Parts: sequence; structure tokens; C-alpha cells
Amino acid sequence: MVLVYIDHEDQQLKSSSLEAMSYGAALAKQLGVTAEALVLGTTPATLSDLGKQGASKVHHVAVDTLNHLDVKVNSTVIAEAATQLNATVLIFAHNINGKALAPAVAVKLKAGLVTGASSLPKTENGFIVTKTVFSGKAFASVKIATPIKIIAINQNCYGIHAADNVAEVIPMSFNIPSPSVKMTLVEKVKGELPLTEASLVVSGGRGLKGPENWGILLDLAKELGAATACSRPVSDSDWRPHHEHVGQTGIQIAPNLYIAIGISGAIQHLAGVNRSKTIVVINKDPEAPFFKAADYGVVGDAFEVVPALTAALKNSK
Amino acid sequence: MKILVCISKTPDTTAKIAFTEGNTKLDENGIQWIINPYDEWYSLVRAIEHKEKDPTTIIHLVTVGGADVEPIIRKALALGGDEAIRVNLQSNDSFTVASQIAAVAKNGAYDLIFTGKETIDYNSASIGSMVAAILDLPYISLANHFTLNGNDAIIKREIEGGEETNEVSLPVVVSCQKGMAEQRIPNMRGIMAARTKPLHVQEPIACDETTQVMQYELPPAKQGVKLVAPDNMDELVRLLKEEAKVI
Repeated sequence: MVLVYIDHEDQQLKSSSLEAMSYGAALAKQLGVTAEALVLGTTPATLSDLGKQGASKVHHVAVDTLNHLDVKVNSTVIAEAATQLNATVLIFAHNINGKALAPAVAVKLKAGLVTGASSLPKTENGFIVTKTVFSGKAFASVKIATPIKIIAINQNCYGIHAADNVAEVIPMSFNIPSPSVKMTLVEKVKGELPLTEASLVVSGGRGLKGPENWGILLDLAKELGAATACSRPVSDSDWRPHHEHVGQTGIQIAPNLYIAIGISGAIQHLAGVNRSKTIVVINKDPEAPFFKAADYGVVGDAFEVVPALTAALKNSK
Repeated sequence: MKILVCISKTPDTTAKIAFTEGNTKLDENGIQWIINPYDEWYSLVRAIEHKEKDPTTIIHLVTVGGADVEPIIRKALALGGDEAIRVNLQSNDSFTVASQIAAVAKNGAYDLIFTGKETIDYNSASIGSMVAAILDLPYISLANHFTLNGNDAIIKREIEGGEETNEVSLPVVVSCQKGMAEQRIPNMRGIMAARTKPLHVQEPIACDETTQVMQYELPPAKQGVKLVAPDNMDELVRLLKEEAKVI
């Protein structure tokens, strides 16, 4: 059985987890087994809806202390659930919580782990998973040799696919170990789409010349319903908040559309965005290295091009 | 206070990646090797900052690799740290590497174990969590701020769309990222001192690899950029809708 760990936040299931569910369902079909889901903690989301991504059952440990990530405790619960349910493959989203949990669960289950997987495994002859390496500059095929296998999939590499199951929700209970960490404060940026969950991203660099010029970028993002990001020099100069910094040392993202405005495309920046499906580069310098990595390019003054793009989007509705 | 800092050798961020031997090995021709940036800028420097405040702090560095890692570990010792341990093993399997680090950590009875949030070569982001699980310790990932209050660490970590503060009793394993410390460069005194700092080489503990890299490949080359005239944004919108189908 393929067991998919489903993450939730702000009262809904994360889109990266729905994607992991779709991936797990496809893998289960390939292996001729069932795909089931595991949810820890409490959420008002309708868990039987996970059937729409191919789950036949949803195992639910409805204990609200598990809503908060405590890797030591939550990984113990996931490993025990996987053992009880006889899961042979576990799937996680390679998101913030998945990155923390999957390796700990792998240790507890003595399972081989591949994180950052980019496609479905090859299972005709062994179990071989392709993952991104060298910060998106290459792929590696990795063989998992252990009886239990764990895969953490890159966000936005597989997509969310519709199925027509209705999943049965089955409560599970455990003796939950005492917490190992105490959360004392959560600070969230209100009303903004988290970058790592966004499918459309508009990003600005030094070419915008100063924080006072961000209005044109924000207007475009609003028109598209996109999240906003920036390059390292922009966040280092405090033109934009640090959590918007994408690149090698910032956040790595893989949206469907990445629009880079006034960003030259240094290799460290590309390492954070090169898994984007479609890249649009707007830059007045035709020699900017970013054009080599782009699908569409506009050589022109951002202060004219960006408002014109926003207007064209408005007109197209 | 005893801190163990995990150090990995990686190709420079700007390295051109290519493979040899039927795409089974990284082509090391022309590659500059560096300390994995997350290990250096955030985890090692944060440990050094702590030692500057509290000189009784002992910092040990650990790396898992062949003799070719030694220049990198000397460079790390030039930044700071009292001694280094190299486990003489070359492995791409996170569990194998984590098992070696956990064995070193167990021997040294450390209060804090720092890793970078991931290495920039294999991008597995797994070592910290695995070491914590092997040692049954609490683990905080993606930390961007760290302070100590007696025997408790107060750690801020990244969450989707914000950050969260956690309090945790030592010992703890922490994966470090931007915000933890400011990048610095070694000075001449540090470089001279690093030459005589102890670098212990120890043989690995027995451990079966759980994964094995079979082959590498480079991504397909981009088709080439399609340029759109700056006065024709209607065309760009059309391409995004009808060709790329992303909006």
C-alpha cells in the first residue's frame, strides 16, 4: 500500500499535499496496490475529498497537538501508523514540513529515502526514482534498495489530478509522546499567498531601482493573482522583506509561471527558480544572462513594459 | 557548551555541471570546491559567534569524506572551531552519512548539533533530521535565528508565509539557513592557526547503504527564448494563455 502524508495549514489541505496524493495514487496504480492518506492533527477540511485525488482511505489521527510540527513526536506517529497499516511506500511533499519529517520517518522505518523527486519511479526492474541535484542543474536516478521506500516529491512537478473516489475516513489513535519543542510565537504575513505554494510568481530585481517603484510589480501581481518575490540584492538592501528572496540562499520555487522583472539572472538566482514551468524575463539589457534560461523575453524598459502587460491582461478578460 | 558543526564539500555555486564515465560520475575537471554555503555562512559562523560571546565553548567540526575533503575542512578551521573529525568514507547515501555523524555526535556528548539546511550538490535536506532521529533528539529545521537561555534554545524557523519561534531544551539538532549569522572570510591569523589544529581521521562504522545513485543526466536544453516586442504585450498575454497555457 502507498501511504501519502497529507499536510494542512490555515484550515485547508496544502496544495503540495494534494499533488503528493495524486502522485501516490498514480504510483499505487503502477504497483497494483491501493493509495491511502494519513492526516495528523485537526482541520475543518473535508478529508473524504482526498478521494478526488485518488485516496481510497484516509487515516486520521485527530489530536490537535499534532497540528504543530514537532519532528520528534510527529515522525514517531507517522512511522507507527505506517507500520500498523503495512505501508510499503510513503509519499511526502518536499515542502517545509515534508523536508523535516520524511528523513526522520525514514530512519525509524529503516527505509531508503529520495527527496526532491521530479517524476514517478521506474518500477519494472527495481525501484528507481529521479530527483533534481546540483540545485536544479541536473537529475540523478537513485535506486532504493530497502523493503520500505520513501519519496518526497518536488512541489509542482506532477500536478493535481482528478479521480472520482470517495475516500473512507478512518480514525486512528496512538499514545502521543510528550512534546519535544514548545512553540511560543507564530508570525505570519497576513493576506499574502505563501511563495512556495503559489503557481504564479512575479519577481523584481535591482532593475526596478528602488522600493518606491514596486507599485507596477504589485499591480501586475494583483491582476494575475500571483505571489511576489525578489532577488537577493533587493532583499539585502531591505527594499523588500527577506521572505520574498528567491535563489540559491533564499527560497527555491517551481511555479507554473515566473515573471522576472529587472533581474539579470545570476546563476545563484537561477538555482532558486530554474524548475519553474515557464519563465518570462523583462529586462532592458539584451545581454542579461536570464534570457538564456527564459521561455519568453521582452527587451525593454520595465517602467513601460510592466504597466502595458498589466493593461493587456485586463483587456484580455 | 559543546557544539558539533557538520561540514560538507560541494562544487562552487557557479560551477558548470557535467558528468563522465557513462554519466555515472561528476566531471571534476575545472570544478572549484567550497564549503557547502549553508554549512559555512550560517551554521559554522553562528557557532563561532557563540564562542566569541562565551569563550569556554568548544566547537568541533565533522565531515564524512575522503582525504580530498581536507583542504575544505582546513578552510573551515581557519574561520573557527577547535578541532575537526573526518570520517573516512565516501557516500552519496544520506542515511549512511547521517549514521556516521550520529556516531561521532554520540561519542562527543554535544549540546548542539548544527547542519546547513541542505547541501547544494545533492539537495537532500535530510542529514539534520536523520541525525536527530538516530540520536532520538529534538530537531528544528530551517532555523534563521538562534539564542540560548540557560539550557533552553530559542529558535526561529521558517514556515510557509512566515516564521515561528520554538523553545527547546538542549541537546538539539538544528538545520541553519539565511538569517542565522552573517558571512565572514577567514583572516591570516585564522589560516595560520588552522594548520596546527587537530584533524582526527576515523574509520566509518558499519552501515548498509539504503540508496544508490545509478546515473545522472542534464536537463534538456531550453528551446531558446521567444522575444516579444515591448509594445506588443497583447501578444505576450496570448502566448502565455494559448501556447504556455499557464494563465
